[in-house]
Amino acid sequence: MIEPPPLLEMREIRKSFPGVQALRGVSLTLKAGEVLALLGENGAGKSTLMKVLGGSVEADQGEILIQGCKVPFNSLKDSRNAGVAVIYQEFNLVPALTAVENLFLGHETTRVGFLSHAQERQSAGKLFKRMGVEIDIDVPCRNLSTAQQQLVEIAKALVLQARIIVMDEPSASLTSYEVGRLFEIIRELRSQGIGIIYISHRLSEIAAIADRVTVLRDGANVGDRPIDQITRNQMIEMMVGRDLKDEFPKRNCAIGPTRLEAIGLSRGRAVQNVSFSVRRGEILALTGLVGAGRTETARLIFAADVREEGRIVLDGKELENSSPQEAISSGIGLLTEDRKLQGLILKHSVRENFSLPNLTWLSDKGFINQRQEQKKLDHYIEVLKIKVAHREQISNHLSGGNQQKVVLAKWLARNCEVLIFDEPTRGIDVGAKYEIYLLMNELAAAGKALIMISSEFPEVLGMADRILVMHEGRVTGEIQDAREATQEQIMQLAVA
Amino acid sequence: MVLVLLLLGAFFSAVTYTEQSPTGETAAKLVATSILQDFKNAPRVLIVTSDHPGDPAFSKKLEHDLMAAGARILGNVKGEPKDARESLQQIVGNGEKLDAIACTQVTGGWLLFSDLQTSFPAIGSPRVITPETYRWPNFLKSDNLLNIANQIAVIAIVAIGMTLVIITGGIDLSVGSLIALSAVLAAKFIRDFAGGVNATTTGMILACVAAILLCGVTGVFSGLMITRFSIPPFIVTLAMMLVGSGLAYIIAKGQSIYQISDSFVWLGRGADFFDLPNAVVLMLILYFLAHILMSRMKQGRYLYAVGGNREAARLSGVPVNRVLMFAYIGSALLAGLGGVIMASQLKSGSPTYGNMYELYVIAAVVVGGTSLNGGEGKMFGTLTGAFTIAVIQNGMNLTNVESYTQKVVLGLVILGAVLLDRNRHRN
Repeated sequence: MIEPPPLLEMREIRKSFPGVQALRGVSLTLKAGEVLALLGENGAGKSTLMKVLGGSVEADQGEILIQGCKVPFNSLKDSRNAGVAVIYQEFNLVPALTAVENLFLGHETTRVGFLSHAQERQSAGKLFKRMGVEIDIDVPCRNLSTAQQQLVEIAKALVLQARIIVMDEPSASLTSYEVGRLFEIIRELRSQGIGIIYISHRLSEIAAIADRVTVLRDGANVGDRPIDQITRNQMIEMMVGRDLKDEFPKRNCAIGPTRLEAIGLSRGRAVQNVSFSVRRGEILALTGLVGAGRTETARLIFAADVREEGRIVLDGKELENSSPQEAISSGIGLLTEDRKLQGLILKHSVRENFSLPNLTWLSDKGFINQRQEQKKLDHYIEVLKIKVAHREQISNHLSGGNQQKVVLAKWLARNCEVLIFDEPTRGIDVGAKYEIYLLMNELAAAGKALIMISSEFPEVLGMADRILVMHEGRVTGEIQDAREATQEQIMQLAVA
Repeated sequence: MVLVLLLLGAFFSAVTYTEQSPTGETAAKLVATSILQDFKNAPRVLIVTSDHPGDPAFSKKLEHDLMAAGARILGNVKGEPKDARESLQQIVGNGEKLDAIACTQVTGGWLLFSDLQTSFPAIGSPRVITPETYRWPNFLKSDNLLNIANQIAVIAIVAIGMTLVIITGGIDLSVGSLIALSAVLAAKFIRDFAGGVNATTTGMILACVAAILLCGVTGVFSGLMITRFSIPPFIVTLAMMLVGSGLAYIIAKGQSIYQISDSFVWLGRGADFFDLPNAVVLMLILYFLAHILMSRMKQGRYLYAVGGNREAARLSGVPVNRVLMFAYIGSALLAGLGGVIMASQLKSGSPTYGNMYELYVIAAVVVGGTSLNGGEGKMFGTLTGAFTIAVIQNGMNLTNVESYTQKVVLGLVILGAVLLDRNRHRN
């Protein structure tokens, strides 16, 4: 019997941007009812390949076949007609519109030119029921949680009768419970014969959900294997092209006296009476589920938000700390969770972003010492191995890992005594992750106090000396020796 | 954007390319050279001019130059053909002969000179010499170029402040009204406190500084509304636009204040440095300083950062509120300065000054390539933008385009210029 042609076949796709060959002849197949994990470091070409599939980028060469038939993919419309739906990391929902309105946006059900709300509500209800989820379909999307918004995105794909759904980092901002729910839905879709391309950096998730893995590196295929014939370490090796002995580098440094102490921090419901301390040479992990109040706590220490109660003591001296400016000048740095919105000015150059917190010491009587500025930046570009074409490159054009390195560089140059890393490796590829871990270790060894906020428990266990778990704005537990802890132990405290 | 400006310049140069007749001292030099070349040996010359504006300078300079070179001036006629006839008769009566008759473009065309041989056979065969004409665009005459610069100086100076504000992602609609307020205040202070028509220089400077500082106070107010109460800049400055204009009318009692010393026009009409109008010199200095601020100084970097991403800037330790205050106060002060210059140019202060100027100023900034989204823009871009607008207006005046049509064209050209710039950026 002849095997039916695959649901999707991409053949020898090539695409180059000015100065970069993003795709060097990538091929990919996806069968109906299959979950294909697409792996690769940032900049490996995954996003470009998916943009080609989504019709927002036109390939220079190569062809795309749907069930064996060649189909043009020159526009978003072509892609939609071919039954492809791409769910990007940044959702495509209109925040002010309700779930129903978003679902039918652009192809409203009309009766004689008037919107038929009742009919739309009915089919939306049916759809969500079929997916097994409960969402208040009349609430504006901005009031839905990230997980719920994602479900609306998936439902939107189903409304369009997509046969191929691409999910780009769908679990990036979900809690582990929500990820479980997402997997159930993916399995349900798979059983309906829908092909799913799943992009993620979280290898444990891929092992749990994918049927097959395709790995890209530098714009080319480097591997394609069924999930049961590949180990986690093999995946990493394929992605980075080298043998990573350990995901988390070891650190051996003496932990000194207390540097920063937070006493009774409170702000509304988000942060309630949180106290803790960090010592010299120590990495303290602040973990918990999304919404536990970790980021909010960090923002209080950094004075990004005004604290209602509580004191902050640095090296025995109480800080007034009423603005980020003051926090920075007393030696506290915050690497925000959201690089694109809070960490960087995307339309500005690497140099301008790097200098921003450092201008106070880079300038004399208001004039910037430009030679010193360039020298410092060059130094950090070299030390952190930041891949930039030149100093004036616009930050928006950098990959996630390099953007994070620029953020790191700007805080390293500020020589902060206390550094808060909020999800430092989110959306960053394995190689860059390792480099950032190494750097954190070096900082600890240099006597800095580090606070790391992370939702990835393996990262918490691998990197931290001490773990603080939060739940709904309160500290629910502290694990003194992170080396002895387990993921289950953290989870127990996180859901308490 | 510079390209657009050059293209416009080239276009208007081509359109206004016409015959130019030199006048005044320039013309005198040309004629003197010509006479002294043709007649090496103490030529006998009659100078004939009429009553045109450049003529006295022409005849004086010519007489001086020719005498210095050893020529004999047998007569210097200023007036009509009959005056020239009388002079010729007198020369003939004295038994003298003429080598040359030096004329302006106009007098050289008098019928009297076309048949000298028949009417005055005794005069010899003098040559009628007129200044040589040449072809040159009206647009490119140095007077016209300086005029363009002087016309746009006020808008260009106010546009510096607007650029600061727009780079922070805001807008300042109050500048037009502040121009009026400042002009009225300066004129009133000079009239009431500095001695009016007999005002001293110190008195006038103090009056102008006071007017500019009072405008600065409105900037402080706008800034506080925007930073402390988070009211959108559009709304705050829209309100200040009405308040400022109203105050100007109240202070001036709805009239123009003109009891001002003559020397007050020094700033607006004088030209003390290399023939450049003083207002233009001031404008160039301010642009240079603003450029240094934006490219070399911490404060400039902060302005870009606040406009580029306010939250990221705040979390990088930028004192966002102080930076915004700086921008709005700066804009108000520069609008105040613009008002003082305008009062000086027109030697009076009236609440009608600066009407709609905020729109021209914003147009200059936008045409200059500054993004209304904030975070991007260059000072010299704004200067280019201001000149683009000035060149379009001037060019249309030179080509006699009707003033209503001018508005339509100006609007469309602004759109076109921005479109062109955007396309260039995208590629």
